[in-house]
Amino acid sequence: MTTELIDPPARTGSAEAPRPLDTPVVLDVKDLRTHFLMPGGTVRAVDGVSYTLHRGRTLGIVGESGCGKSVTAQSVLGIVPRPGRNVGGTVTLTRRDGTNLELTSLDPRGKVIRSVRGNEIAYIFQEPMSALSPIHTIGHQITEVIRLHTGAKRDEARFRAETVMRQVGLPRPDAVLDRYPHQLSGGMRQRAVIGIALACNPGILIADEPTTALDVTTEAVILDLVRSLQKEGGMAIQFITHNLGVIAEIADEVVVMYMGRQVERAPVSQLFHAPQHPYTQALLRSMPRLGHRAHERLEAIQGMVPDPYDVPPGCAFHTRCRHYVPGTCDSPEYLEVSPRHWVRCSRAGEVA
Amino acid sequence: MIAYTIQRLLLAIPTLFVISLLSFVLIQLPPGDFLSSYAATLAALGEQLSGDTLALLRESYGLDQPIYVQYYKWITGIVTRGDFGLSLEWKQPVKALLWERMGLTIALTLSTLLFTWLLAIPIGIYSATHQYSPLDYVFTTIGFIGLGVPGFMLALVVMWIAFIYFGADVGGLFSDQYKNAPWSLGRVWDLLQHLWVPMLILGMEGAAGLIRTMRANLLDELHKPYVTAARARGLDETVLTYEYPVQVALNPFISTLGWALPGLVNGGTIISVTLSLPTAGPLLLRALQSQDMYLAGAFILLLGSLTIVGTLISDLLLAWIDPRIRLTH
Repeated sequence: MTTELIDPPARTGSAEAPRPLDTPVVLDVKDLRTHFLMPGGTVRAVDGVSYTLHRGRTLGIVGESGCGKSVTAQSVLGIVPRPGRNVGGTVTLTRRDGTNLELTSLDPRGKVIRSVRGNEIAYIFQEPMSALSPIHTIGHQITEVIRLHTGAKRDEARFRAETVMRQVGLPRPDAVLDRYPHQLSGGMRQRAVIGIALACNPGILIADEPTTALDVTTEAVILDLVRSLQKEGGMAIQFITHNLGVIAEIADEVVVMYMGRQVERAPVSQLFHAPQHPYTQALLRSMPRLGHRAHERLEAIQGMVPDPYDVPPGCAFHTRCRHYVPGTCDSPEYLEVSPRHWVRCSRAGEVA
Repeated sequence: MIAYTIQRLLLAIPTLFVISLLSFVLIQLPPGDFLSSYAATLAALGEQLSGDTLALLRESYGLDQPIYVQYYKWITGIVTRGDFGLSLEWKQPVKALLWERMGLTIALTLSTLLFTWLLAIPIGIYSATHQYSPLDYVFTTIGFIGLGVPGFMLALVVMWIAFIYFGADVGGLFSDQYKNAPWSLGRVWDLLQHLWVPMLILGMEGAAGLIRTMRANLLDELHKPYVTAARARGLDETVLTYEYPVQVALNPFISTLGWALPGLVNGGTIISVTLSLPTAGPLLLRALQSQDMYLAGAFILLLGSLTIVGTLISDLLLAWIDPRIRLTH
């Protein structure tokens, strides 16, 4: 059985064609493992994930809710909530001064990792309202980060904060700085959150579903903003989303995750044009597309996401896979099937 | 903020008026009056008051007038002259009885409040940030015992232990030599030496409850995204805990301050009786039993006013620390 070729949704606005991954690596994640030791058993939330972030490029991480996208990102910064624990793998950061720093071996409450957080690696959370302290002004929250990492005085920090707020397109930045989160609209709040993230000129920006809580118009504006900021500052971006449309808009390379493991990694056009893993193919088929007839039902992935305490043995996706062959799918390996295109499927090549 | 304060102060005036009205009506509600219960007491002792004498007494106390006239005389006396009337039972101005008792009550209440907060907030924070640690279990156990054991029971046990093992009498707020002495440095020192036992006992129950509240509030806040977000910005764990969630978690504390003030005055009545403390509670109880209406009325009015003042203080504090409240007004 063959899968029809799927055209990626056209890039809109100021979007450009995906760029080649020819810039230096700034973050190298190898075989990262984060497990949650719960009373009911161990949840392998992140189970051997590897990827690289390149300067000025965007990596999209996509997958259903609960597949480990966010935990992967939080593991990088060592901020996984308890009882989550990093149990293996390395995360190597190339710092501003060119030196390399391995992050997973650092004390998660220590000084070194704290000098990385918010400074060299910034993190944007999904819901801007809940990611801001309700009882402090925007200005307090941004100048706090600036003063912490740059040692700037109050006035300098305030000036820097105003500059950043103007950069993220907030009108009257001086007024916004004196506002509390509940006094801003959703779009303004997310701009403020992005501003806080960018305050210290981070080399890496991790955006964890930054547009999920916004309406589509605001989403498009924020995506444009992120893109233009990347162009200016040359940040590497790790963009987490469950929305393939957003991935097509913004990513240069994509990692697809399922049950804590990456099942496919490919440059964005490759992924949309020649998806190799049955899960990626299913995700793409479940996307609404222009040209579909209105009465046609969207295709859903059959079955349910398995219980995280009880991940199916062998290929974790086999319970929902239409290409499953007993005996063949017991230990799929993660292989590079074409340049920069990896897939974890025993039948890769046969099912494309 | 200033507009909000003025608005709240103005709103307190009609509320105080309604409270004064209600307290006056309330003390009139039980059947009979001071004289009928006085007559009944005398009758129990074998003496009889003639109907004429009763009528005469009633007239001289103004008890024969309609209730609104009595209320008008009472409230104008308080507002214009600070005169709370005469205690029928003690044959003294209510004012004299009231201020001595209220002063001591307020001293005890405030020190107890301070004690409960100083004890409960740090323990609550520790318990929440070290959830399920051995010390958390210890505090939780002590807390539940504190909540479960009635205060008067604890008072009896403490008195008994102090008497049996130390030969000390921990009842009261003064030693015998200072009990009726005028105020002096020595008397204040004596008061401070006696204050801590009732403070401990009165505060125990409240502290136990507040520890639970603080722990639960903070646990709710500690797992909110804004805490993780602040951590992701590189903030230190201590700053992260105290500057952000602790402040949010304190809100319910402050909003219950309004009830804490009168609660400590009358909630401690049984303990005060047990420990024979010269505070307001026991005197109010006695006044209600003997239908000493002006004395009881003055106390109830003061308790009501304390509630209003407490609520006002807590509202202003809340508006001060929480912009979400301040800015919606």
